[in-house]
This record gives sequence, C-alpha cells and structure tokens, in this order.
Amino acid sequence: MTTDIERVTGTALDRVEGRDKVTGLARYAYEYPADDIAYVVPVPAAIARGTITGIDPGDALAVPGVLTVLSFRNAPPLAGNDPELRIFSSDRVSYRGQMVAAVVADTLEAAAEAARLVHVGYDAEPHDVLLRPDHPEAYVPEKVNPSFPAVSEQGDVEAALGDAAVTVDTTYTTPAYHNNAMEPHATLAVWSGDRLTAYDSNQGSSTARDMLAAAFGLEPGQVRVVSPHVGGGFGSKGTPRPQIVLAALAARAVGRPAKVALTRQHMFAVTGYRTPSIQRVRLGADASGRMTALAHEVEEQTSTLKEFAEQTAVPSRMMYAAPNRLTTHRVVALDVATPSWMRAPGECPGMYALESAMDELAVACGLDPIELRVRNEPEEDPESGLPWSSRNVVACLREGAAWFGWAGRDPAPGVRRDGRWLVGTGVAASTYPARRRPSEATARATADGRFTVRIAAADIGTGSRTALTQIAADALGVPPERVDVRIGDSALPTASLAGGSMGTASWGSAVAMACVRLRERLDGAGGEVPEDGIEARYDTADDIKADAAYARHAFGAQFAEVRVDPGTGEIRVPRLLGVFAAGRIINAKTARSQFIGGMTMGLAMALLEESVPDAEFGGFLNHDLAQYHVPANADVANIDARWIEEDDPHLNPMGSKGIGEIGIVGTAAAIGNAVHHATGVRFRDLPIRPDRVLDRAPQIGGRNL
Amino acid sequence: MRVELTVNGEPQVADDVWEGESLLYVLRERLGLPGAKNACEQGECGSCTVYLDGTVVCACLVAAGQAEGAEVVTVEGLADGDALDPVQRAFLDAGAVQCGFCTPGLVVAVHDLLARTPDPAEADVREALAGNLCRCTGYEHILAAVRLAAERGGEGRS
Ligand code: FES
Ligand code: FES
Repeated sequence: MTTDIERVTGTALDRVEGRDKVTGLARYAYEYPADDIAYVVPVPAAIARGTITGIDPGDALAVPGVLTVLSFRNAPPLAGNDPELRIFSSDRVSYRGQMVAAVVADTLEAAAEAARLVHVGYDAEPHDVLLRPDHPEAYVPEKVNPSFPAVSEQGDVEAALGDAAVTVDTTYTTPAYHNNAMEPHATLAVWSGDRLTAYDSNQGSSTARDMLAAAFGLEPGQVRVVSPHVGGGFGSKGTPRPQIVLAALAARAVGRPAKVALTRQHMFAVTGYRTPSIQRVRLGADASGRMTALAHEVEEQTSTLKEFAEQTAVPSRMMYAAPNRLTTHRVVALDVATPSWMRAPGECPGMYALESAMDELAVACGLDPIELRVRNEPEEDPESGLPWSSRNVVACLREGAAWFGWAGRDPAPGVRRDGRWLVGTGVAASTYPARRRPSEATARATADGRFTVRIAAADIGTGSRTALTQIAADALGVPPERVDVRIGDSALPTASLAGGSMGTASWGSAVAMACVRLRERLDGAGGEVPEDGIEARYDTADDIKADAAYARHAFGAQFAEVRVDPGTGEIRVPRLLGVFAAGRIINAKTARSQFIGGMTMGLAMALLEESVPDAEFGGFLNHDLAQYHVPANADVANIDARWIEEDDPHLNPMGSKGIGEIGIVGTAAAIGNAVHHATGVRFRDLPIRPDRVLDRAPQIGGRNL
Repeated sequence: MRVELTVNGEPQVADDVWEGESLLYVLRERLGLPGAKNACEQGECGSCTVYLDGTVVCACLVAAGQAEGAEVVTVEGLADGDALDPVQRAFLDAGAVQCGFCTPGLVVAVHDLLARTPDPAEADVREALAGNLCRCTGYEHILAAVRLAAERGGEGRS
C-alpha cells in the first residue's frame, strides 16, 4: 500500500459514473429489465375536496390487456405513518390530482386508455386552495421542519422597533415552486414470495426501504430498494412518493413485476413542492446601521392530510446580531397536496425575505449593503449562544466584492442606462446549516490490490459517488482507480438520505472511518491481504452523539448584475457571482457544478418559476414543462461560483460542509436588490415577471432618463 | 403493426406496435435501448433527442410509424466500442454531467451541431441547445463542454 501519494480530495476527479451517463448505459429505475412486466397508470382525483361516491371500472376492464383496476374498493389497507403514501385507503379526496385509482395492464397504452375510462363519482365539497394574508384558519404549528420551535423570542422587539432610529417594515411573497427533477418519479416492483424488490428513483434507499416495509407490514429485511442512478431530486425524492407504493401494490395484485413512471403533469400533484409564503420582516437599527431589532413573521400552507411547516424564518435566528428578535411561523391547512422539501427549505425563501429587507435597511441608513452586513456580524450564534465552528460570510462578501468589481458602486437607484436597458447591481448573503447524520459503511481489501467501499448512499447527480471515492482513496492512501464505491442499494450498509446538504458529510464520515479501520487491520496483518479479503465496518452513530456543541453553517455571498427594459418588463442577468465558504471542497469540478446549478435555480426563482394555484378546480394551473418555466440556456448568461478555503476542525473527518443547497440561498435576493438598484422600484413579490415590472413602469425613474 | 428500422446500424423489428406509439417508446420499451430519456413526452425538454435519418428529433414526438425504414442513431450508438465520441469525452472532462438524465439528449444534440458547424459561435450553440433542459448544471459546464469538443475537433476520441 502506498501512503506517500498526493491527496485526491480537493482535486477535480472526473465523475466516476460519468462514462455510463454519457454513453446512455447508466440504468435509471424505469429501465431495469424484468420478465412479463405489467404497466401501471394512476387515475388522479378530479376534485379538490370531497368524497368518492362510486368507482365504476367496467369500461376500463373491458379494454383488451387490462388486468385490474385498483382503488379503495379493493386495495388492501396500507400501514405506515405517511398519509400521502397510504393510497387507496379511504373514500376521501384531499386534493386535486391525488391518486384515487390505478389501472394495471399488459401494455402502457392499454393502461393509459383504461385509466381514462375509470368512472369515478364524487360528492364534491367547497374547497380552499389559496394562501392569503391573515387566513382565518392559520395556526401556529408545534414545530417547523424538521424539529425547530415555531416561534422564538428574545428581548422586546416591539419596544426596540419603537425606539429605533431607522426601521424597515416590509412584506415579501414567494409563490409555490416545483422541484421538477428531470427524471420523473418511477418504480419497478418485483415480488418474490413475501420479499419485495423495488427499482426506484429516490434520495435514500435505506429510507425508502423502511417506508415501503412499513407500508406493507414487512420487516425491512424483506424489502430491497435499488437506486444506483437517480435523475435529480432536489428534495422531491427525499421522502418516498406514492409511485413506489403503487408499483408494489400493483405487482402484488397481478402477480407480475409492475412498473410506473409518473407523467410530468402528474408530478405536479403528487411529488411535493415548495410552499408559497407571505413574509413580514421588520428591522430596527441605530443611525450607524447597528441592528437593535429583527422580526420575521411567516405565513405558509400545509395540507389537510399531514402537516408540513417549512422553517422559513429559521435563518433569521442566526444570521445577524440583534438583541431583540422575534420569529414566528403560522400555517394554514388547505385542500392541497402536502408541500415538502425543495432545495434549501427554510433558508431559500427565508433568506430571500431577510436579505431583501437588509438591502432596504442599507438604503434607509445610507450605508453600503456589504458594510451593513459587516456591522451586524454576530460574535456567536445569537439565539443558542454557541460558538461558530467557522463563519466566513464577511470574507465571502469582501472577496466577492473584489472579484465582482463592487468598489465605487454608485448607490443611487434608477440612474444607469445602456440603450433600452436600466442597469443595476445587488448583493445578498447566503447560509445553510452543516450537519451530519449516522451512517454505516464497510471497506474491503481484496487480494487483487483493490478496495470496495459499501454504503447505501445516494447519488442523485450531486457527485457523491465520486466524492466518496476520493475520501476512501485518501483514507486508504491509495489512488482512486483502485477503489470501487458501491452505493444506491438498501442491501448495502444503512445510510442517511441525500438531503439537508448532509449526504457527503454523513456518508463520508462513515467511509473515511471504515477505511481508516481497514488500514489499521491491514497494518496489523503486515500489509498482506488474505486470499478471501479483509474487511472493516464503521457506524458513526456514537461519534455524532459525541460531536461538540458548535453552531455549524456554511456561508456565502451572491452578487448580481441585472438589466431591466422598462418598455417590455424584460429582466436579464448578465452576471451572477457566488462566493462560498463551505469547509474543504472535496471535488472542485462537481462542487462548482453544484453551486452553479443552485444559483441557476435561484435565478429562476427570482424571475421565471411559479406554480399558479387553480382556485376554481384545485391543483395547479401550470403543470407541465411548457407552462412551468424551468430555465433554459437562454435564460442564463455568465454564472460563476468560487470558494474560500476554510479549515474547520469541528465538522467531520473531511472538514467539509454541504454544498448542494447553499447555491440557491440568497440568489433571488441579490437579483431583486439589483432590480431595485436598476429601477428605483422595489418588487417584493416573486417572481419579478415582466407584467409586474410593466405594472409599475410609471414609477421607474429611468424611464425619463 | 410491425415497424422495421435500423438503430445504431443494426436492423430492428418491432411487432404489435400500437399506432399511437412514439419512436421513444419503441426504442425504450421494445428494443431495450433506454439511453434516450422520457422526461416530459411533449417536446419540451430534449431528453429524448435522437437522429432520425440524419436529423435530430425529439423521439417522443415522432410516431413509431414515421420511423418505418428509417436510420435511427441514439446516444448508445455514438461511441466506437470503448472509445468515447469526442462530444462524450468533452462532457466528462468539462464536468457537464450531474444526474445524467438530460445528458443523452444533449450529447446527441451537440454531436449534430458540431457535425454541421465544427466551429460554432456562442449564439449557434445556444440556439442548437435551446430545446434541451438541464435542471442540475445551470448550463455553464455544458457550454464549456461544447467549446472543448469544438476546440479538439475530431481529436477527442478516447
Ligand atoms: S421527452 Fe421528448 S422532449 Fe421531453
Ligand atoms: S444533469 Fe441532471 S438534468 Fe442535466
């Protein structure tokens, strides 16, 4: 074994499964072969609230090739604690698009045709799908995602606001957004006696296995979930979605393998989305811009099926020093699908509001927005009092300012014109927690000089398979070519899911320690690998319990230049720069792509994307890629992401913080702030669509320049 | 109905094809070639891009019957044995791949662009890829891959 080779973490190692992906050989869930596969097509509810009065499958069953029609009339009851997964369990309809029946057939076209012929009778009730201010049914939940208190209070915010020399009191709104990973949620389910294998598109095969086992009353050992390649998730595949249960139900009902891929249209109903939000932010500061009060009050929606309360105001608990502070969340249970995780739940919408309000405060104080943020840097985590493991937001702001060319910026809004364009620049800070969760891994040396690492981690495109290869290679002291990393299968050692930017930190900890143990064993055996190999296993649960108390967060700064055409309302973003402090970067190539991908989604959040609720019929009006504007290459110009080297010893063996989500945090605020700088008008409702710009065109100073 | 076509140089026959079926379905479900992806089935995303008689098309919008007698090339047909096509190599080198679901369509679209325009201007590249959505990468690295492949010309085979 060599130990004097260069470290491979930190280099730009090519994606290890890249070859399979560029040649089309990487297999995704729907593409696994099995004999005699039956096709499943779900029937979506046509009403937003009410009771099913009857299901007439006669015409559907008459379609040649149809095997069965499943509904609450004949489907076996499912267990488990997620009501979104207990499909066909009652005659109630909780939202439009909810699965109320499904057709299983020999061919996809027979199933699709028959699905249209399942006659469902409804007793519809009046529904309410619109989040609006001061909704009479709004309530304070017990906790917000995943387990934060819904309300936090320090000092006396009202008194401090009353005494403040400068105040800002504004309300921002964000619409619903859909994750829209490119791969639709899909499952191929295969039963063998009372054992179930599901080839599935998810963000964590151990989690999916446990939920599937619970749904069918099986032991986890009876279920295997296989997901080596997943076509994106962004949170929407973090909790299993109904298609996995449906495929398993259908396969059992017809005694054959069965598969289902949701249509893009149906994904908008049953795969989660980011809740819309109404956010009031009040800031108070002394004349020098030092904040004395910060209040962030959020209203958002959940469903009648189960409560999901996004932690939107949580970043306001740690971002800035302010002795008087209030954060609250209120939710209203509407006749909608349950909102869920979408890239940086909490931080993404919450920091949009906070960082927009900070810009308004900078203007009100006559301060440069970077200087305002520097003045309000907290020494320690303001609410918990914990020390920061590392906090380099100021360095990100300062370095970013130098790279972006911020110095000498004229703060006057609405005064720069270039032809038909009004030009402005804006900045915002970013943050995202750096956590890790227990996971297990094994590392095995074989007599041929190779090493195999096993862990039920997920690579949904993030590059985790590659990062884990690098981590293992360094821990073993061997080149990465000699390491095989096996992930994406619940038969491997149990691992946490890909979510909360915790994947690589969680799995990497287990992999690194398993490899260290293996090396110790090998050293103990004099470096000789026995004929049948040698293996070590590591479970990080105890390490994580013993982690010292620190406030651990990644930070960043985002800079945007925008051009606004006040005649058409068009907004372009010629330049976007993100600078991040996220611990040690394990793979320069995949990390840069993560940051830029997040920033692109943030740009789209600011300007392009929006799921419009259908007040009349329920569900969403725009529910395909023709009407929901996922950014195309024409929407993005020059996006650059850089990072600051950060040496934080309080994180994990790699010294890394998660990077999958922070890229989307702050982008929308930086763009909105730049739009204000360009036009002199504050747009506080996202997305900043052309029609919204045109509505306020008379106020745009630059029109008369 | 029966559809006979050539895919990646091999003659193929699909039987019992329903009249409304797409070329994408025939490739993925009947011929065991799932390289081209189905992400929207309405011509919005380009994940299903393949060559049909030398022209790139969204296979989800082509009826199977229209492919009767045609020459189809999918992403699976671009590499020469173990040697990647220069476009595939450039996607790897430039880090233009994340989840990989958009990748097959993009690789075929870029292959076509560079075959027609070996040294494309940025506007040509953006136009050629206008119909290919990628939710993961934000396009920066995809555009870099196109530039890399163009710079290397035919030399990037590996
Ligand atoms: S699947 Fe054909 S364009 Fe989207
Ligand atoms: S790499 Fe995931 S959609 Fe492009």
